Amino acid sequence: MARSVTTQRKTLNTALAWGIGLVIFFPILWTILTSFKTEAQAIADPPVWFFFDWTLENYRVVQERSNYNRFLWNSIIIAGGSTILGMIIAIPAAWSMAFVPSNRTKDILLWMLSTKMLPAVGVLYPIYLIFIQLGLLDTRIGLTIILMLINLPIMVWMLYTYFKEIPGEILEAARMDGAGLREEILYVLTPMAIPGIASTVLLNIILAWNEAFWTLNLTAARAAPLTAFIASYSSPEGLFYAKLSAASTMAIAPILILGWFSQKQLVRGLTFGAVK
Amino acid sequence: MGLGKSLVATTAIALIAASGASAQTLTIATVNNGDMIRMQGLSSEFTAATGINLEWVILEENILRQRVTQDIATSGGQFDIMTIGMYEAPIWAERGWLVSLDGLPEEYDIDDILPAMRAGLSFEGSLYAAPFYGESSMVMYRTDLMEAAGLEMPQEPTWDDIAAAAAAMTDRDNNINGICIRGRAGWGENMAFITTVANSFGARWFDEDWNAQLDSPEWLEAVTFYNDLLQNYGPPGAANNGFNENLTLFQQGRCGMWIDATVAASFVTNPSDSTVADSVGFALAPNKDGLEKRANWLWAWALAIPAGTQQEEAAMQFINWATSKDYLELVAAREGWANVPPGSRTSLYENPEYASVPFADMTLRSINAADPNNPTVEPVPYVGIQFVAIPEWAGIGTSAGQEFSAMVAGQLTPEQALARAQALVTDEMEAAGY
Repeated sequence: MARSVTTQRKTLNTALAWGIGLVIFFPILWTILTSFKTEAQAIADPPVWFFFDWTLENYRVVQERSNYNRFLWNSIIIAGGSTILGMIIAIPAAWSMAFVPSNRTKDILLWMLSTKMLPAVGVLYPIYLIFIQLGLLDTRIGLTIILMLINLPIMVWMLYTYFKEIPGEILEAARMDGAGLREEILYVLTPMAIPGIASTVLLNIILAWNEAFWTLNLTAARAAPLTAFIASYSSPEGLFYAKLSAASTMAIAPILILGWFSQKQLVRGLTFGAVK
Repeated sequence: MGLGKSLVATTAIALIAASGASAQTLTIATVNNGDMIRMQGLSSEFTAATGINLEWVILEENILRQRVTQDIATSGGQFDIMTIGMYEAPIWAERGWLVSLDGLPEEYDIDDILPAMRAGLSFEGSLYAAPFYGESSMVMYRTDLMEAAGLEMPQEPTWDDIAAAAAAMTDRDNNINGICIRGRAGWGENMAFITTVANSFGARWFDEDWNAQLDSPEWLEAVTFYNDLLQNYGPPGAANNGFNENLTLFQQGRCGMWIDATVAASFVTNPSDSTVADSVGFALAPNKDGLEKRANWLWAWALAIPAGTQQEEAAMQFINWATSKDYLELVAAREGWANVPPGSRTSLYENPEYASVPFADMTLRSINAADPNNPTVEPVPYVGIQFVAIPEWAGIGTSAGQEFSAMVAGQLTPEQALARAQALVTDEMEAAGY
């Protein structure tokens, strides 16, 4: 039975959604606005909203002081690399757990998730020492591996829930029609799993892009991504709010744009598996 | 084909040649503040003169401290030069984590470093970190508001003078607070300030046998005085205010006085950021009537070489450049004397051109009034003025700081805050084996 939705209720819902959206987006909006102010305007009380002399000065200073492109490139490599590497491991793992579960599958899944419950700082020193031994400190490959490892449980879990949604009967039907394992995966499973895989990839890129514990602790000058770029503009003595905002805006811009263009997949992926 | 392949080939050759020519690269870990950023900008001069390239890792103070400790404790070797403070220098030197700077050449003129700075950055007579800039604390006040109140700020005020001035300048209707001081919890935040107040009231953190002394009447008097100042004349929400928050308030004309780092003087007198730039006066940090000790601290950001770097010689060369007399001249020539990093060298304060900078004299007097080896009225077993130079301090100071911050927020009385702080410091020190 279709529920009847009154116009009034629809309007109310829309208004509410916009309201919540604005509240969530406000800090980002404020950061972007502040990045176009002078340092004095940035701290003005009462705050100035839109009517100030918009300036690109902060962006000029930030460009001059830091090599943005290098940080950006590191971020792209690390976020992209850890995602690709992770998917290569997570897809087969989730596939086997979803379609050929063993008695221990549930335990393994829980155990994987439990690694996320340990505070990262608890293993900082062991990992730091291992990185020294292997010569991985301040390298992109080292960071790629570590970010892949910390995000792997999430990837496997997400993919597992998507794969679980695919009814086994469809695969059986394909087998009845004479499909081998290769055809089964390529022509039946993959097309159905693509939305799930896409949203896992997107979410993982975002997580890896924003990761600020390992990326700050395991890098120095060479492999530092955009998180380190932002951190370099925070200051305990002296006011750098406008420049900090400009740096933040530059750091989040790529991921914001990516998120904007892929919001359909993201929303679909994140609500997938709920009651539809 | 042709073009494509030859392009690749020449690029490769150029890259190899470039990496061969600039074999040496130093990695420098530092904090984000005006003087350091200026040095980063001027460092191309160093590279041009020596051929040594520089990579900069700039981090927020607390992240930097953690990052650098972790690297040095594990011999990670990520940094060739690190920026450390006066708290770390003697502790790290004792552990053998730093390279002694005795090897600096004669023309560096190590005796020119201000005695207080040198004392705070040395261990067993050897310098382990070269001061890049140094600071003490002092009173910054609004000359216009003092005049309107019919008061005059003495050059060497007592705490009674400060309380009277704060009362006179407080104007709640116009949103002017008599005094802005630190309230936010942290060993380098409120505890730096509160410890200097305590020193000037005759209190001390530990007696000579390392027994915590926060239950003494001097502590109670000092903390009560501090709390009353903030409750009666301080800004709303003072429990969350650190250096930057108070700087903002002062620059917007919301504070009659601000007692904080001398380095703030160049910010509040800078007309492009400060609305009160032309009406700021300076005075020494206060003392209590009848006691000699003044409430000024001593701090330096200094450059040090971690033991285990492969490039000790080049690192020494850089420190020699960045903390030299010539560097001060270079900054003065490019950006004016007011922008020269203060508080490191005696010769700077003997320079007649620098004497014309409005806050130069008071900064020097404040630094000279501080004695890290003799910080309190009664003797103590530790070095350090606004901190206790032991590894446990960061933890103790921060936990105690939370109690005092809660007091400023009105959740605890001074007695309660002190009793809690005494208990937790005693526990911590016992656990550490003192």
